[in-house]
Amino acid sequence: MSNQVKLLQGNEACVEGAVLAGVRFFAGYPITPSTEIAEGMARRLPRIGGRFIQMEDEIASMAAIIGASCAGSKSMTATSGPGFSLMQENLGYAYITETPCVVVDVQRGGPSTGLPTKISQSDTMQAAYGTHGDYYAIVLAPSSVEESLHLTVKAVNYSEMYRTPVIVLLDEVLGHMREKVVIPALDEIEVQERRRPAVPPDWYKHYAITATGVSAMASFGEGYRFNVTGLTHDELGFPTAVPREIKAMLDKLKDKVVKNADAIAEFESTEMDDDPKVAILSYGIVSRAAKQAVAMAREQRLKVGAIRPKTIWPLSESKVRDLLKPVRQLIVAELNQGQLINMVKQCIDRNHTELIPLQKYDGELITPSEILHKIKEVKHHAN
Amino acid sequence: MKTKEKQVTGSDRYEIRLSGSGGQGLILAGVMLAEAVGTIDGRNVAQTQSYGPEARGGASRADVVISDDEISYPKAMKLDLLLALTQEACDSYYHDLKEDGTLIIDSHMVTQPPTPRCYGFPFVQLAKSEIGVAMVANVVSLGTICELTGIVSKQALTEVVRRRAPRGTEEKNLKALELGFQIAKNVKK
Repeated sequence: MSNQVKLLQGNEACVEGAVLAGVRFFAGYPITPSTEIAEGMARRLPRIGGRFIQMEDEIASMAAIIGASCAGSKSMTATSGPGFSLMQENLGYAYITETPCVVVDVQRGGPSTGLPTKISQSDTMQAAYGTHGDYYAIVLAPSSVEESLHLTVKAVNYSEMYRTPVIVLLDEVLGHMREKVVIPALDEIEVQERRRPAVPPDWYKHYAITATGVSAMASFGEGYRFNVTGLTHDELGFPTAVPREIKAMLDKLKDKVVKNADAIAEFESTEMDDDPKVAILSYGIVSRAAKQAVAMAREQRLKVGAIRPKTIWPLSESKVRDLLKPVRQLIVAELNQGQLINMVKQCIDRNHTELIPLQKYDGELITPSEILHKIKEVKHHAN
Repeated sequence: MKTKEKQVTGSDRYEIRLSGSGGQGLILAGVMLAEAVGTIDGRNVAQTQSYGPEARGGASRADVVISDDEISYPKAMKLDLLLALTQEACDSYYHDLKEDGTLIIDSHMVTQPPTPRCYGFPFVQLAKSEIGVAMVANVVSLGTICELTGIVSKQALTEVVRRRAPRGTEEKNLKALELGFQIAKNVKK
């Protein structure tokens, strides 16, 4: 069968990706600029044996997808800044109960109601650190409509493989823009399922400490007994105050992500082969402007490259250092007051690479000429 | 000048802006054009729009960037073609047009064109008098863009207009498209 080519919005591509990856439950509260995801899921899921529920708010939406996932269904919700804030409490519940689920956040300007129809990347840090307590988020960020489909598939896969929530970060421009997408056939994509218990119900531990940090997961109603609580718990899920058990559980949440950071963290590099001393680091739609700026700079014989994390979190320290080996000055371009740059700071050698901020937060997408201007400024000072 | 602009935007990148007032169906026209170019003609395409607090009235626009290469920056930088159905849209966006870019205006609505070097057609009036509804002016203008620039194939555009036209209006929209082809052909002669 030949693949279908469609003209889709970024939001619609997330719907396609979710359906392909096996998501069969969506609970949400529509909010601009993410609404097309809820609309698409509402259209698609009932036709393929799934469920769509419009909840009373985002707190309930998050709770509902956790419940659906416990019952064995791959589940997802989508929102934007104000709703993402409301989801944080229950997102923490998903982290501590190790319940697979995917949250798509289509970023708009904030704080609070902010700028409903304007672009921003100001939820970058919230996506990684939004809820309280020690936990390690996985955050993926596509930069094209087609990649929105593929990274949504990946997000669902990671949530199942690591039994953890995964955040997909889009933005107003990417969510609404239309590009050509080749819809892959089911056998062309990799779909992961959560590990199922291989032991009889009596031996089952819902939060078993394992070498990989990931425990098998039974569904409600299958005869396996387990407790689900937001309290710090032991391997069976019952609240614990035993220091050894507390530490083991928190290590588990950390290790299953951090120890796999090299596998999870993916980057795209542009024009980095000839070891440019100046490079631009950006994510999502901003990296499209960066790529154009690099092409413009190269035409003017300026040696510049661009690096784009597809995975915002975890950032693999070894991969980042490797990519930045030739780079003495790194321009970090983002649509906020400096969130990505803070995260990058943690994993680079600042004696080797100087970080140069390029921040725009006026509701508009950064342009290639603005980035080119910065490149020239940096190059000028370096000479 | 020309070569410098080419340097800026990449050699085969073609940028179109369809502008007018809210409610004229320009975003739908942008989607139709992008779908025809992308899914049928098989070129790369990115379609963006500006959302504002104004759902109706005010200047409204849809941008379509077309290229055979990968499209890095998805928004328009310097327009190759500007369609302006109102004076306000023309005034707002004319400065984004390349020096040798193509300007197409609604000759009844844009009473003060910024340059004599433009194509003028009374799109809205023609839609009303020839098809019977002003609403299809967007599709008439798509027809003229197709005929004048060849940036999209007639066959692809026709198929998409048939597919995307609101149910029950297919025939009117196809007639509107044909009208667009025709009036542009007369100018080219």
